[in-house]
Amino acid sequence: MTNAEIRDVILNILEGITPDDDLTTLKDDAPFREQLELDSMDFLDIVMEIRKRYRVQVPEEDYEQLASMASTVAYLEPMMKDLEKV
Amino acid sequence: MPKDFLKHAKDEYDVIVIGSGLAGLTAANMLGRGGLSVLLLEQHYKLGGMATWFRRSGGHIFDVSLHGFPVGMIKSCRRYWNSEIADSIVQLKGIRFDNPMFSLTTTFNREDFTRLLTGQFNVPAENIAAFFDAARAMNFYDDQRTTTGELFEKHFPGREDVIRLLMEPITYANGSTLEDPAVSYGIVFSNFMSKGVYTFVGGTDRLIGLMTGELERSGVDVCIRSDVEKIIVQRGRVRGVQVGSRTIKARAVVSNSNLVTTIFQLVGEEHFDRDFIDEARAVRLNNSSCQVYMAFKPGVMIDESQGDLLFSSTAPLFRTEALLSRDITSRTFSFYYPRTRPGTDRCMVVSSTNARHEDWADLPEEEYEASKRDLVKTTLDALEKYIPNAREIIVHAEASTPRTFQHYTRHAQGASFGTKFEGLAVSRALPQQITGLLHAGSVGIIMSGWLGAINYGVIVANDVESLLMKDELCPAKKS
Repeated sequence: MTNAEIRDVILNILEGITPDDDLTTLKDDAPFREQLELDSMDFLDIVMEIRKRYRVQVPEEDYEQLASMASTVAYLEPMMKDLEKV
Repeated sequence: MPKDFLKHAKDEYDVIVIGSGLAGLTAANMLGRGGLSVLLLEQHYKLGGMATWFRRSGGHIFDVSLHGFPVGMIKSCRRYWNSEIADSIVQLKGIRFDNPMFSLTTTFNREDFTRLLTGQFNVPAENIAAFFDAARAMNFYDDQRTTTGELFEKHFPGREDVIRLLMEPITYANGSTLEDPAVSYGIVFSNFMSKGVYTFVGGTDRLIGLMTGELERSGVDVCIRSDVEKIIVQRGRVRGVQVGSRTIKARAVVSNSNLVTTIFQLVGEEHFDRDFIDEARAVRLNNSSCQVYMAFKPGVMIDESQGDLLFSSTAPLFRTEALLSRDITSRTFSFYYPRTRPGTDRCMVVSSTNARHEDWADLPEEEYEASKRDLVKTTLDALEKYIPNAREIIVHAEASTPRTFQHYTRHAQGASFGTKFEGLAVSRALPQQITGLLHAGSVGIIMSGWLGAINYGVIVANDVESLLMKDELCPAKKS
């Protein structure tokens, strides 16, 4: 998966989690929490969805890496670059 | 021959969940949905734990703990259960307070609290905004030295009336006190009081019925009347459970039993590190409750101006000690109208009071029964202030005590809100002590109540899935 594809996966997961937010204006470098109505359960849902789709584990101590789109993609890149997008 | 409630249980599962409180139910559902084989064991004959109800002749159905929960339940139920459950959640708009300091009705959200505090209580708007923002900014890993009492003193110095308005409902919701860490209040408060109070249309029986159906669709095996005696641990790893005459193997066990019971009874302290046991011993249980359940004559409608929840007190000041005392001065009345139980023709009211187990535990039988009768009588007296002819139109009234809660839930000391704050760290540390053993249940206020329990079930289901996936990636570790 390219970084653009990883970004698409995260966007798709976010769409399911926060259907009422407009994701087209999402700024990659700003924290999700400043732009979307996300609570800690929403972040857990992102983690669970990534595992379900790609069997990629994000341990609890790394949750802070998921603060923004840019940091999430950078964090997931080494784990997901060799996977096929589904 | 007694019926074999375990007859459909297989000999081996990926995960066994002990206890079907909302945390156990939700963990089981998430794990089943994730494709794991799951067995849910419940000692009682009904699922739901404290989310329960009971029937009495004459067609009365009483909800025990359906007093109101935060708006977040809608989202959690939609995601972790189904839309039918989520769509049955509606707001309760009549939240009343009546005590020697003030009487008012509120919709229980930030706007309305701000309106009341600036108007009726004459608090400057900026102080209120600062308080709400401080509460909202709190994280569970923040400083725990500041108490809730100190938080109030900082924002509303000397204002016991304001403290009472903002604290009393949370105390009833989860047993927290002014002496607990401020974070435990702040997190619950911002969840709860910023967007109103909600309930489930159709009652607890309908909710648990819908959840049972969903568990079936998720492929979870469910056995009631199945009291787990032991969690089997060998070489630092959980192996299964002993239940009745059966030993059932599992790769992971989620205990939704009380935390203290899980460690000291179900597992046994010999399986843990000394330091961990010391920490576990220091975990304080939350208090228990007394309740009085009252049913009105069929067809007699109570005026809805009584509100949905009424925090009623004759105590001049708000004090933790007074709330727990057997000399009851404060009660929460939950009014149930047919609109939240469509198809019924009657109103119900449940009075709840926080109570200490030790005040009830050792009463001789005769004195215990007399105390229960007295509880019913004094509760009816208190209700007559609001419904003057209550005694003429109430056709059934009975009381429950900490002993009742202990009997049905098997919670140590009948605790109705799990443990105090320190329980959370012990609960989370369990899997580091014994691989494959997890706990989900009311710990530390923020993981308590209907929403806290459901969310904690999800968090723990996620831990189990991670653990079992790790096992598959490194099969050498498996045995």
